[in-house]
Formats: sequence, structure tokens, C-alpha cells
Amino acid sequence: MSIRIDQLPRDKFIMPGTAACPGCPLLIGLRQVMMALNGKMSLVIPAGCSSVIPGMSPATSYGVPTIHVPFASSPAVASGLVSAVRMRGNNGPVVVWAGDGASSDIGFAALSGAAARNEDLIYILADNEAYMNTGIQASGTTPWMAWTTTSPNGKTEERKEMALIMLMHKIPYVATASIAYPLDFIAKVRKASQIRGFKFIHLYAPCPPGLKFDDSYTVKIAQLAVETGIWVLWEYNQGKLTISPPSAMYKDKSKRKPLSEYMKLQGRFSKVGEDAMKIYEAKIDAYWNTILKLSELYK
Amino acid sequence: MQETIQRQARKVLVGDHAVAEAVKLARTQVISAYPITPQTLIVERLAEMVDNKEINAKFIRVESEFAALASVYGASAGGARAFTATSSHGLFYMYEMLWWAAASRLPLVMAVVTRSLGPPWNIHDEHTDIMAIRDSGWIIGMAQNVQEALDMTLAAYKITEDSRVLLPVAVGLDGFILSHTAEVLEVPSQEVVDGWLPPRDPHIPYVIEPGGEPITMGNMVKSDAHHMLLKKMMDEAMDGAKNVIHDVFASYAKLTGRNNGDLIECVNCQNSDYVAVATGAWSGDIMKAVSDLREEGYNVGFLRIRFLRPFPEEAIMDVASRARGIIVFDRDYSTGLGGIIAAEMMGLVPQSVSFKGVIAGLAGVDVTPSEVKAAIKDFIDDAERNGPIRIRKTWLMQKMEGGKP
Repeated sequence: MSIRIDQLPRDKFIMPGTAACPGCPLLIGLRQVMMALNGKMSLVIPAGCSSVIPGMSPATSYGVPTIHVPFASSPAVASGLVSAVRMRGNNGPVVVWAGDGASSDIGFAALSGAAARNEDLIYILADNEAYMNTGIQASGTTPWMAWTTTSPNGKTEERKEMALIMLMHKIPYVATASIAYPLDFIAKVRKASQIRGFKFIHLYAPCPPGLKFDDSYTVKIAQLAVETGIWVLWEYNQGKLTISPPSAMYKDKSKRKPLSEYMKLQGRFSKVGEDAMKIYEAKIDAYWNTILKLSELYK
Repeated sequence: MQETIQRQARKVLVGDHAVAEAVKLARTQVISAYPITPQTLIVERLAEMVDNKEINAKFIRVESEFAALASVYGASAGGARAFTATSSHGLFYMYEMLWWAAASRLPLVMAVVTRSLGPPWNIHDEHTDIMAIRDSGWIIGMAQNVQEALDMTLAAYKITEDSRVLLPVAVGLDGFILSHTAEVLEVPSQEVVDGWLPPRDPHIPYVIEPGGEPITMGNMVKSDAHHMLLKKMMDEAMDGAKNVIHDVFASYAKLTGRNNGDLIECVNCQNSDYVAVATGAWSGDIMKAVSDLREEGYNVGFLRIRFLRPFPEEAIMDVASRARGIIVFDRDYSTGLGGIIAAEMMGLVPQSVSFKGVIAGLAGVDVTPSEVKAAIKDFIDDAERNGPIRIRKTWLMQKMEGGKP
């Protein structure tokens, strides 16, 4: 499904004047979701930056039907919502737009439950790799060695691989995406909207203040994550797993940019020295290895 | 009236199955629940009804009670009539969602099969669980018997969906004493219920649906005063619910011939010197004690609290103003305060009227009519001799061997 940027809808579904920080990746990502579905969806949003970004009621900057819900509840609320609207004959997409804390930590049980029931939802994990809204605390997807306010000397644990965890729920569609590759992401959202059942998209969305980089670098950081191979774009669609085009060339390790190019722009990795960098590169190889093996398995 | 009453079917059901029957008769569209004893029979029966296509509903088999309430809340936001049920620890696991659902002003019905809270693990009856949600914005009813569990569940839909109310309704029934005890009851026909309870209008109060009106629910408010105003509006809706509850049971009575009162049921409570007060299934035992005492010449009546929220303040003040003494039996307690109904009522009872709160039957401990009778008799005798007496908290329990008391 190839998409041309000049053929994307021009309607705006997010009004100007939001409360988002300069360079916020969530607005970039959410715009792409709304573009993909032409605004014909409803949004379920758990506590997080995206519950603050639309601004103050009675106004909102989100131009689609939206329900803000408690932190751990979004997959369950969405399960009920989609059941109700389907019963009433509405087949439009119900989209959960949730952060990493809501998905990998506090709402993990609800996410697993909704996926195991194969509810007809598109779940987008917009991952900024920490609890940014509450002031940059470490979450289940905060990477190893990253500084946060609750891991001041760098996180000692590994991150959870959410997309792989969701793959093992045997749902029809799992993909990773990046706000720096809108055509890839939009194509994935559109594909997901054509499939019945639970669809999970893990969207990388680097946050300037949280990751400590200049707010003009949001897209650049997201791009570097793919170019260095630390973020791999792949897609599992009903039995078949493939590396997505923007990541395809980085199967070849020699094509990847040095990891330091990605890390040195982010204050959170300031504690990563040469030795840690080597370990990091080995972890990236191991992840690639897993994905490539899975692509052999799910041919 | 006689004709419609004849259209009811006489059945023998346990309380949990009576609730399931009501959920079916209400043509509930989305059901979600998680198993917990003694609520389990409700959801097992409903799952069976859904699978056998006795009811056209979606059953969401969730992974927790938190998700159960979250999903029926979502279903209500999506325009469906929805139901969940729980008990004790499950109700507490829902706690955050209880408040969110109520403040979202969406119609919902939940059965709470009352049960004590651990540790130690104990599945037996106590009312503390349902009492713990009394500040959350839910309308809370307590059934006295299996018939009332069915009637109140049906009425709950009519109450919660009324545009003057739009607050969720919890229907309490005592664990095992009602949930697992078979009683004979009258079940109205589907036709009669359909005529009384039309399908839910999904646009009242609002609907979140793909491609629908681009409204947002729940984002931050411009001013905290606006948020406070929403609280005041909930409080006003609770007050308004008093009339709605009256009207709903009055219209239900026209169909079924049954009306056990509004917020309270009064059994000689307005013309007696002394009035015993309680809620839930053990009201039957307490009424037995009261009628025995009346036979012995004691001038005593009974006030049964049917709805804990909205709190029947006016009815209680009215009864208290005519009485010489009020004795309240709580099968619940607030640690550090005492029996919850006693604590909530005491301020409504004039200083000149004797008052006593009795905590009994916690953790499923059986309380016999003779124990209740002795407690009421002691209170009346004491009040007559030394009155007015004012004791908010006493514990009625057996002496334990080798321990206190």
C-alpha cells in the first residue's frame, strides 16, 4: 500500500494552540493517525501528556470524538466502547492512544486482556520512553542506562519489548513505527483499520525535555534511532512478519550509523561510556537477530 | 392491575439468578464481569444466557474487576445499556473507576453481592464493602430479599437512565443469604418490562462513537471552580433522584402490584415510640424481633433503609422527630468511628431522643431474632429508665473462649 504525501487528506483534526511542549512528538504522531483515518475514528486516551495537550475544557483541540480515562483503564474502556458501537452498527475504528507507562506498566494487564480477547481495536503505544507528564520517571520501556528522575544514575534494568510481547498474544496485526517515517506509519494505521481484531502499533516518539535534547531535533532523533538500528521498523500482518522499508537496509550492520550519533544528542545517555556503548551495540545486534529470525519463522 | 399481575411468572430462583433474570429482562447490551464469590452465579448465568442467545448482548470476559467496570463504562459511553457485578475485594479493585464512572454521568447498573473483607479470607456476608463506595457518586440500593433484588435491578436501569439522574446505580444483595438462597418470586414478562423500560437513548447524555460528534469527555478544566460546579451538579442530581426513585417504584407497582417503599420501607415506624433501623437481608430477622416485641406490648416499629444514597435524610428526620428512641443495627463498620448507618443517622436524631448504634453480624456471624430482640428490649428499658441515652457505638457479639470480649 504505497502512499503519496500529496494525496493525504488536508483536513486538520488538531486545532492550533495546544498545550504541547515545543517539538512534541505526540502531536506529530497523533496528526499522522488522524490523517491516516481522515478523522473518522474515536479516541480513548489514558492519563498522560495526551490528556493535557488538548487544553482546557469546555474547549479541546482534538477534533474527533475523544474520551479521557483513568491511567490503567484505556484498553478495557475501549473494549466496552467498541462492543457498544459495533452493536449499534458503527464499524468505524476505535483507537487507543496510550503512552508507555499506561501500556507497559500500570495498564499492562488491561492491554493483555483486551489483546487476548482480540477486541476490534487499534492500540497505538506512543512511546516517549518514560513518564514524561509527571516529570520524567523511568517506565517499563525506558532503555537501559537512561537517566530519568527515578533512575538518576541510569536505569539498571532492560526495557520491555512491548511489540514482541503483543506478538505472542496471537493478535492479527503488530507493527513498530516512528514519527519520523509518516508514510510508513500512516500505511500501517490504514492497514490496521482494515483488519478485524486487535491491532498493536508501537510508535517511537522521542520527547525533547524528557530525553534531554534540543526541541528542534525531535524528528532527527527519531530518524537516527532507525538509522543506527536501535529502533527497528517491522510489521507482522496475519502470519507474515517483514522488516519495513525504512529499516530494511539496516539488516546489514555495516550500513547502520554509529550508535554514538544517536546517543550523544541526548542528555539522558550522558553516563553511557565506551564500554557501555559496546554492550549496547551487542544488545541491538541481539534484537535484530530476534526480529530477523522471526521474519524467517513468519514467512 | 390484576391482569398484569397475572402475566408474571412464578419462579424459584437464588438471588444471583434473580439479578441475572432482571439484566436479561432489561435487554442489557454489554455485560462484563470478573469472577468473585459470592457474585459468581450472576455472571455465570449471564454468560450462559449470552451463549444460548437468550439475550442479545456482548459478554466481555475481562481480566480484573477494574477492567470489568472500565469496560461497561466504555460501553455506556458508546451508547449501550451495560451491566457488571462484583463483591468485596473486587469492588475495592474497581475503586478508581467507580468515581470516574459516576463523575462521567453515564448510566450504569452494577450488582454488589455484599461480603466481608480480608484478611483473613472470608467469603461471608457483611455490608462494609458496599458502604465504602458511598462517597463516590453511585446511587446505592440494598435489597431485602430475592424478589427485591430482581425488582431493584430492573428499577435501577430506569433510575440511572433518567435524564434528571444520570448517575450509576449499585444494587446490593447480601452474600449467600440472598445470593445463594432460593426463594419463590414473581418475574414480570418480557412484554411488560419492554413496555415499561424502553431501549436506552444512546444520546442521553452523550455518545462517543467513530465518526460521531467530535466531543471530548474528561479533559482538564479551565477553572477549578468549574470542576467544583460539576460536583455540585452531581449532588443536585442525587437529590433529584429521590423523586425519580419514588416515581419509578410507583410505576413499577402499577405493573407488578409490588412496592416496598422509596428510599425507606416503614413498618409501623411513624407511630411507634421506638424504632429499629437496618438495611439488607437481616431486616427480616429484625422485623421478626420487632413484631415479637409488639406482641409483648412494646411500642416499637421498624425502618428499613432501601437506599443508602441518596441518603433518606428527610424520612429519617421525620421518624426521629416522633420517636422516643432509635436503635440502629449496622452489619458494617468504619474503624475508628463505628457503625456507618448509626454514624450517618445520629446527627439527624434530636438530642431529646434516645439513640443507640449496634454493630453486629460482621464477617458473616449469624445474628438471631432473639439476640436482636434482647438488644432492642435492653435499649427500650434503659431509655425508659435513664433516657434520653445517647450511645453511638456498641458491639453485639458472643464471648470468645480465652479471649476478649
